[in-house]
Amino acid sequence: MTTWYEYLQQYGTLPEWPYPIRYGEEQVFSTDVLVLGGGIAGCHAAINARRAGVDVIVMEKEATKWSGNGGAGVDHWLSACTNPCSQVSPEDFTAQIIADCGGYDCGPLRYINAREGWDALLDCEQMGVRIRDVQGEFAGAAFRDEETGLLFAYDYHARIDLRVYGHNMKPMLYRQLKRLGVTILDRVMVTALLTEGGEVGTRVIGAMGLHTRTGAFVIVKAKATILATGLPGRIWLFSTEYRPTFRDPNLTGDGMAAAWNAGAQFAKLEESYPDSGTLAYLAYGMGNAHNTWHGASIVDANGTEVPWVDRDGRPLESVEERFLPSPGQPYMVGHGLRVPTTYANHVKELAPDLPERIRRGEIVLPLYADLTRLPAHERRAIFGLMVGNEGRTRIPVYETLTRAGFDPDRDRLAAPVMHPEAYAHANFWAGMLVPHWRQWGSGGVIVDWDLRTSLEGLYAAGGAIYGAGAHSSAAASGRYAGRKAAAYARTARESTPDPAQVAREKACVYAPLKPEGRSIGWKELNAGICRIMQDYCGQYKTGTTLQMGLRLLQDLRESEARAVAAANPHELMRAVECQSILTAGEAIIRACLARQASSALLNFVRLDYPAIDPPEWHVLVALRRTADGVTVEKMPVDYYLRPPYAPTYAENYALHAALER
Amino acid sequence: MGHRVMMLPTPPTPNRAIAFDPNICTGCNLCVEICRSDVLMPNPQPKQPPIVLYPDECWYCGNCVEECHHPGASTLLHPLNQSLPVIWQRVETGEFFRLGMRNPPPPNTRPPAG
Repeated sequence: MTTWYEYLQQYGTLPEWPYPIRYGEEQVFSTDVLVLGGGIAGCHAAINARRAGVDVIVMEKEATKWSGNGGAGVDHWLSACTNPCSQVSPEDFTAQIIADCGGYDCGPLRYINAREGWDALLDCEQMGVRIRDVQGEFAGAAFRDEETGLLFAYDYHARIDLRVYGHNMKPMLYRQLKRLGVTILDRVMVTALLTEGGEVGTRVIGAMGLHTRTGAFVIVKAKATILATGLPGRIWLFSTEYRPTFRDPNLTGDGMAAAWNAGAQFAKLEESYPDSGTLAYLAYGMGNAHNTWHGASIVDANGTEVPWVDRDGRPLESVEERFLPSPGQPYMVGHGLRVPTTYANHVKELAPDLPERIRRGEIVLPLYADLTRLPAHERRAIFGLMVGNEGRTRIPVYETLTRAGFDPDRDRLAAPVMHPEAYAHANFWAGMLVPHWRQWGSGGVIVDWDLRTSLEGLYAAGGAIYGAGAHSSAAASGRYAGRKAAAYARTARESTPDPAQVAREKACVYAPLKPEGRSIGWKELNAGICRIMQDYCGQYKTGTTLQMGLRLLQDLRESEARAVAAANPHELMRAVECQSILTAGEAIIRACLARQASSALLNFVRLDYPAIDPPEWHVLVALRRTADGVTVEKMPVDYYLRPPYAPTYAENYALHAALER
Repeated sequence: MGHRVMMLPTPPTPNRAIAFDPNICTGCNLCVEICRSDVLMPNPQPKQPPIVLYPDECWYCGNCVEECHHPGASTLLHPLNQSLPVIWQRVETGEFFRLGMRNPPPPNTRPPAG
């Protein structure tokens, strides 16, 4: 008797809301450093700010112990170029990645990841996370360093990507926050930043938020604020009915929208990618050969193996070669970093003409991932170590499948049966991508070498920064931003929030308690926003349709969005999320209008500007909200290596990293 | 056989997301405290399993199960459109199995590495 329906049927009464209702009640806090978002980036930021000797508050929408996109666990620790076994320098690695991204990536974020991602992992080890094979379970494996017990992934020669036992990453970070005396405000979603004088573009002096269980209004005054909220979602695609989203569905760009409204400068908002949404399958729980399952043998219905090939298309002779660079290749870049595949970084892959082989009948569906064909250590690393430790697979896949009898030593796991084109990518469980169901690319705030945004008092870490990254990037940048924000906070004064700004925000947040006109639910509103984005900001864009989309979003905000109703604080949170999604959508469309050229590197198609990546548009399109509109600026993609900054990564890091305590 | 029949909207999909065994669950609400989406709510009846209020907002992260101190008290249930495609074949015998089958093979009791 545990669903709401069963309860109702049994007891005949509606259960009352279990938490006290405090709509409109102001809860005011004051601190040196406020961290928005208690995920991986936020926890590392808070820990390092606190270690630097200042008071810290974390504002977290979920429950910090397990929260965030990386909160459920981690199996890969990427780009650890300074680990003792690494064969790649942080400088070479960063330069290569930025080149592979055509320059459209954040140099400071990548370099900080490469330079101190390993240090962040050592921090985690100190906190109680296992990062090496101390028991010798993998002794003798090609991917194990016998001296340190470190386990590597993807490229067993370069040794920059690690396999870790990270299922308890968040509980250990959470314990550390509590030990250090960080104040944690769980279940508080950020709705707006506080700015000096309540104006756009002035110094950030804290933030406001909504308690998602009580409906209380939280005001935090802070000398420095760190934006550590993750990648916005639910912008193009929203359906709770058939499959949960790959990314944490509570990530709706609340922090992004708050920073946008405050006037922070953003880049890469025009980038987006097709998603498969409800067409996808159980993540990492179906036969595949990608990411966690990289290197798996794929066989067809008749037991014929799909060949693995090198970057020249040559079939590999052995399993071992799947994890070693091609002849003449310095090193391979593994999955998960969202870097386009190039000849230079190419990681070994399944034959790319697999769809054609299926159509020809040479490969017969269904396909299976057959781990029994791998050496025992490799099999155990994929299923026992990585599926067993990665977020959203330890319980959803490892526990669920093994309890049902699946044994990777004896069984082969079926891939989904799909249209042949869906096998073009070894990430089979992702299913068939739909061009107009899109996901956020790597847009975010522009930062300097202090990881400060364009606004005084506002720092950023992890997915909030433009440019891509993964778990280790969030950790390393959080670590760095925590130090820098603490240093700033020691020199800054506390400001009094503008009462008019607080009053405006409260009116906005509680509006769904008194909906205008014929009320609608948050789900219908969310899906409506998505429809606009699918139609007017899909794969193929034109100035005319983008303008129509922008007009529709603005119109929706003034009409149906005012009719959204909330029956309790949870629904109120969902309704307020729709405001964030609307803001994200508007910012995206403005960025798409501003880039008047198509770009293969940004997955960006303007039918009215068909030239692909013309040199005059090899720039960051930087946008920020002002008091009277939106300002667009073209910035050099490598602004962070130009004056006033030094010309190299290492020099800038030495000048800014402030490692001394 | 007087059935009392109520007017109710169709339940949201996925219907359940998490199943509790009332014989094992103590109603301690640890899972309620950490559920990222507040899928779970404390049961007004003391010592009873939480109420699955928002199964349609579940991310299937499994952290509720991981947080639980009582093995078997809570189980993650993938919706059918996700669980039905999960099929495997025993290499030696050619037998097929699926997630949720009526007579499943014995569990594989090997824990994750670490």
